[in-house]
Order: sequence, then structure tokens, then C-alpha cells
Amino acid sequence: MTGLSVFYAALLYVSAAVLVAGLAFKIRQYWTTPAPLKIAVTPAPTTQAGAYVRVAREAALFESLFYSNRWLWIFAMAFHAGLALVLVRHLRYFINPVPDLLALIQPLGVYGGMAMVGGLLVLLLRRFVIDRVRYITRPSDVLMLLLLIGIGVSGFGMKFLHHTDVVAVKAFIMGLYVFDIRELPAEPPLLAHLFMVALLMIVFPFSKLLHVPGVFFSPTRNQADDPREKRHLAAWAAKLEG
Amino acid sequence: MAKVPYTVPALDDLPTVPRIKPGAMSELKSYVAVAAHQEPLGFPGELVENWEQAAVAKMGELLGKYKSLRVYLDMCVKCGACTDKCHYFLGSGDPKNMPVARQDLMRDIYRYYFTPTGKVLGSLVGAKPWTKERLDDWYNYFHQCSQCRRCSLFCPYGIDTAEISMAAREIMDSIGLGQKYCNEIIGKVHKIGNNLGLPEPALVNTLEGLEEDVLDATGHAVKFPLDVEGAEVLFVTPSADFFAEPHVDGLIGYAKVFHQMGLSWTMSSYASEAGNFGMFIGNYEQMRKIAMRIREAAIQLKVKRIVFGECGHAWRVAYAFLNSLAGPFDFLDPRYPVPQHIMELTRGAILSGAIKLDSSANADKVVTVHDSCNIARATRMGPEPGSQFEYPRFVLQAACPKFVDMHPDATRERTFCCGGGGGLLTDELIDIRIKGAKPRVEALRDVVEQHGVTHMASMCAICKSQFTKVLPYYGYEMGMVQSVHQLVSNAILLGGNS
Ligand code: SF4
Ligand code: SF4
Repeated sequence: MTGLSVFYAALLYVSAAVLVAGLAFKIRQYWTTPAPLKIAVTPAPTTQAGAYVRVAREAALFESLFYSNRWLWIFAMAFHAGLALVLVRHLRYFINPVPDLLALIQPLGVYGGMAMVGGLLVLLLRRFVIDRVRYITRPSDVLMLLLLIGIGVSGFGMKFLHHTDVVAVKAFIMGLYVFDIRELPAEPPLLAHLFMVALLMIVFPFSKLLHVPGVFFSPTRNQADDPREKRHLAAWAAKLEG
Repeated sequence: MAKVPYTVPALDDLPTVPRIKPGAMSELKSYVAVAAHQEPLGFPGELVENWEQAAVAKMGELLGKYKSLRVYLDMCVKCGACTDKCHYFLGSGDPKNMPVARQDLMRDIYRYYFTPTGKVLGSLVGAKPWTKERLDDWYNYFHQCSQCRRCSLFCPYGIDTAEISMAAREIMDSIGLGQKYCNEIIGKVHKIGNNLGLPEPALVNTLEGLEEDVLDATGHAVKFPLDVEGAEVLFVTPSADFFAEPHVDGLIGYAKVFHQMGLSWTMSSYASEAGNFGMFIGNYEQMRKIAMRIREAAIQLKVKRIVFGECGHAWRVAYAFLNSLAGPFDFLDPRYPVPQHIMELTRGAILSGAIKLDSSANADKVVTVHDSCNIARATRMGPEPGSQFEYPRFVLQAACPKFVDMHPDATRERTFCCGGGGGLLTDELIDIRIKGAKPRVEALRDVVEQHGVTHMASMCAICKSQFTKVLPYYGYEMGMVQSVHQLVSNAILLGGNS
């Protein structure tokens, strides 16, 4: 067992713990904070089920963005859909045995990776080119894009430049499940890739990546438009009636 | 009053987005409330000494009370989709009038005091501590937001800048930095019952005068009842309807509709205001106190239904908040929604034949309609989503032979604010009001030139006041602005069909 393997094992344990605990904390916070008034942006569904469908469409299709900014939608979609494919492709490193379906859609992952990095590059470029977007950009917005691009590029590095022994990587990951630290191949693209992924997991619950859980908690989207039909009262507001 | 400087922007074709002009509106500031406006509402009379800590404490309190604030401050990805959606940015080019940048005025402070990243990484994530300059920016730019929520419609997460600007105003009020316009008006409602501070005798006088005018003009004894116990309907309308133009012509229209329907109705001198400026300052308690007047009047006058007149912000509070603030309304007739909009009544009466309109009375006009932001994006008027667009159009088409809609990017849920909503309808803000009207005027010019539109109907007291004031700067006559029920008033056939 090398020091490198121990370091990476520790890093991944810590980052996974931060991600899970941090997200659990934020989701609980979002869940429990009251929304005292009905503020759905109308026209809105009049039933709660309808409102959930609205949120699902936002989360899956970025519907509002589609009507808001078509170009941005295309590149945001390329990035997010690409990322989704890549994540699915990566499941094979975490599941044993690999299900047939997963093996089947395996090759798509590479195209997903390309769409992801391509989309990200455009998103980065527009932060410098469009004056309005440049104005609202903070250093962290650029760093976040660079981090994601770095993850994508290092991933490609493993596939095309510096072929990584994926069997060994998988053994390392499966070992982590049972707290058995196995040997991690000391290949630079892999190490960079894992390091950046760990970093991403750590910043996730503290950054704008909170839009991932947050999209489900936005009152303007997840509320049913039924204020005349049902009385809506937050606990703290009820106290005023005393 | 000192003359306030202003400039009128040149009109463009509708989708034109300006280049940013940093600082363009940074000096524009509405009058700050003095102790006489602040203290009756329970706010400190002047900026408190330890305002930084007090503001942070208040922000912490609001973060625990409003899911919107909590989630929206965290989740913005700075995608920029909202940056070209605010009429104040489109009209002024000031980047702090881009919705996300407006939010960032609060988000930067939030990050600094409330998030680990802000504490550790500081300016890397934009975190900034309080300074006097930042407070000035808050005051100026959170009073250049009409809380119209156009940005929320277009944001991929529905981030609602109105929620942020309401919270910001509440925080500022709590540290003694209120806005004179809003707080003075709220004080008048608590004291007298309406935004204009019209006492009961003046109200009686006005309504009697209207009865005489309508009798002279039509030969029909149309009543404008006040404080009539046992009436079927309590009617609540913005106080501007009592004498501003063209509002009052709308009031005459409502009265004719009630008259012709044979529906007994009354207004209340105690609840003589539909508008609820408590919403503008984001203060639940103030909003509740104002709303309770309506509940109390309804109980006292023993009515069975509550109906609201034409007003956008009023209708948002009425439709979306009244039940929360002042409900439950189980003492009213359960067959009707509480409250109802006058447009629902008029439309229903046209459909059932209870009133008849002769649209030839408006044959000299080509009419378009301005969808008020709060009606469009925060309410309905009937059971179906979108009824807030269809009902006024139905009524207008029944009352006017020639009706034309403006561009789809400027109507229905995409409508642009008139530029005067959310507590901005005050003279010292005329510069931003003119600029904020620009997208609406561009859409209007389009139908004037293409279809010969002569009039724009409006269903909101603020929109009507704002447009009559601002359209002339763009070369249009103030008389172009009409109340929806003014057009109904022209066309309605009185008598003979009972
Ligand atoms: S559209 Fe929404 S997420 Fe995008 S910058 Fe504006 S507020 Fe932020
Ligand atoms: S709510 Fe309206 S005025 Fe305020 S930032 Fe959004 S678009 Fe602009």
C-alpha cells in the first residue's frame, strides 16, 4: 500500500462525507424554511401534482431557459446532458457486476464527454465576451467552469493519451466500500481527475451548485396556484393571529 | 418641489438590448422617510447607530422565515438569462438594474455574513461586508425594482428578484432607512383607510357628485353606495378610482355594471383602499394589518361576497395573499371565490346576458391592452390558468369593435411593467419611470404604426397614473390610456333588460 493510495482514499472519503453531509444539511434547511405566501409565477398549475410536473420539466428540460435564451439553453443542455451521460458511463466503476444495459450505452459516454466539455467552453467564453455576463461574473464562476473543464479534459486524457488501467481503478473503488485500501495506479491524468472530482464534491454544498437541489425548492415554481381555494398559513404567521 | 432632472431614451425596436452603462442610475434616490413616516409603523425614525449588525440580524431572521430568500440567495448560477429581461435595465442600461446584479447587492452581503465560502474565500465568491456605499446602493437600486417578476418568469430556477427587493426594503425599514413614498402612504391607510388620505366626508361628497354626473349624462340613477349594511357585495377599489383620470371613468363603469346586474353592492369608508403597500416594503405584519381592514369591513357590513376593482398590485395581494393574511372567509357565500375580480363579474354578466354592451359606442377607437405585471404573473381571474389574460380581452372585445394585441414578447405573462409599480410612483423617481416605460412604449408604438391603435386599456391604478404621466414624454397623449371599465361604461346599455 503506497502513501498515494492512502492519500486518495482519505481524500475521497472526506469529500464524499462533506458532499453528503453538506447536501443533507442544505436540503433539510430548504425543506424546513417556511414559504409564508403563495408566490407561484402564473400562469401556473392549479394542483400540487401539476406543480410537481412543472418542476420536473424545469429540472429535466430547462423549460424557462428555453424561452428565455435559446443559445444559452443549447449550450447549457449540451453540458448538463453530456454530464448525465458521462455519469451513467462512470457507473461501471461503482457497480459489480456491470448490468448489460449499462455496458450497451457505454460508448455514448464519450460523446457525452465531448458535449460536456464543448458546452463548458462556450459557457466560459461567453463570460468574457458578453458585457452583461462579464459584469455579473465573479472569479468563482470562472474557477467553477475551469474545474469542470479540467475534470472533463483529464478524463479524456485517460482515454486517449495515457491509457489508464481501469481494472485496477475499479478494484481501488470497490475496495473503498469495504475499507480495504487497494493500490491506485499512479498515472497523472487519473490522479488529476480524481483530485478535481474530490474538490468538486467538497465545494458542491457551499457553492452555486446548490442549484441542483434548489431547483426543487423554488416557491415560484413548486407551488400550486390555488390561494383562493386553500388557505395557506405559515406557522410563524399563524402566531400573529393570536 | 424642485424639478427633478430626467432624460428620455430614444425608442428602439423591441428586442434591442443596450450595452451596459455602469453607474447610469446610481444617483437616483427616492426621498427617505422621516421619523413621522417611520415611527407610526413601528420602524426606527432614523438610521440606527449599529445599523450593520442590525441589518445582518434582520437578514438572519428573514432567512429563517422565507424559503424564497434562503433558496434564491444560494442558488443563482449567474447564467445571465435574466440580464436582458428587466425594463429598468432595458431603459437605463445601468447594469445594477439587471435582476441578477440587483440580487447580488444582497447576495454579496449574504455571502460575507452567512456562508462558509464567503467567510473563507471572500471576494473570490463576491462576498462583501457592509459599507455606507453598499447601503446607498441598496436604497437606490432596491427602489428601482417594481417587483414585477418578469425576471422570475425567465430564470431557469424561478429566482424572484421581487422577493429579494421586498426583503431588502424590510431590512432597511428595520434599521431606520425607509422610503417616504411607501411608508407615508401606509400610515395614511392605518389612520384614514386609504392611500390618498381621503376622509369619509370627502368620499361621500365625491360619490354623490358621481351619482349626479351619471344621472345627468345617462338619465339613469346609478348608485355609488358607501357603508350600506347588508349589501350583497363589498367592493374594494384603489382610492385613485375616486378621482384620478382615467381611473374614475372606470369606477363609473363598475357602478353601471352593478346597477345593470341588479346586484346590491357597497363600498366601505373603513376599507376604502384596495392597494396594499405593505407588499412593496415586504412587511408581512403591515400587509396583514391593511388586509384586516377589508375583513373587518366585510363582517361589519354583513356582505356575502368581496369584489375588487381594477388594480394590479391590489389584485395580487387580494388574490394570492388575502386568504393567508385575513382568512378564513367562511362567513361569506361559499359559492363564490374570495375575493373576486370585477372582470370576472363583468365577463360573467356579458355571457349570461345580464348586461348588454353596444360596442359601436367605442367605434372611434382602436384599442390594445396593457397586461399589468402583477395580474399577469401572480394571479388568475377565473378557474383556468391564463384567465387573467382572457377575461380582460373578452370584456374589451365585447366593448370595442377594434381590438389589437401588442407583440407576444410584451404581453400576457411576458408583459413589461408600466415602469411605475412597486413603490416607484413618486415624482422624484420620474427619470427611472420614464426609462422603465421604454419597452412598453416600443411595443405600443409598434401597434400604433402598424394597426392605427388609438387607445391602450389598463386594469391597474398604478399603470394608469404612470402612463398618463409618462406617455407624453414619448410623444403620446395621456388620454390614450383608458380604464377597461371606462370602455365598458361607454358601451353598456342601461335600463330595459331587467
Ligand atoms: S436567470 Fe436566474 S440563475 Fe440566471 S443569472 Fe438570473 S437570477 Fe441567476
Ligand atoms: S422584479 Fe421586475 S423590476 Fe425587479 S428586477 Fe425583476 S424585472 Fe426588474
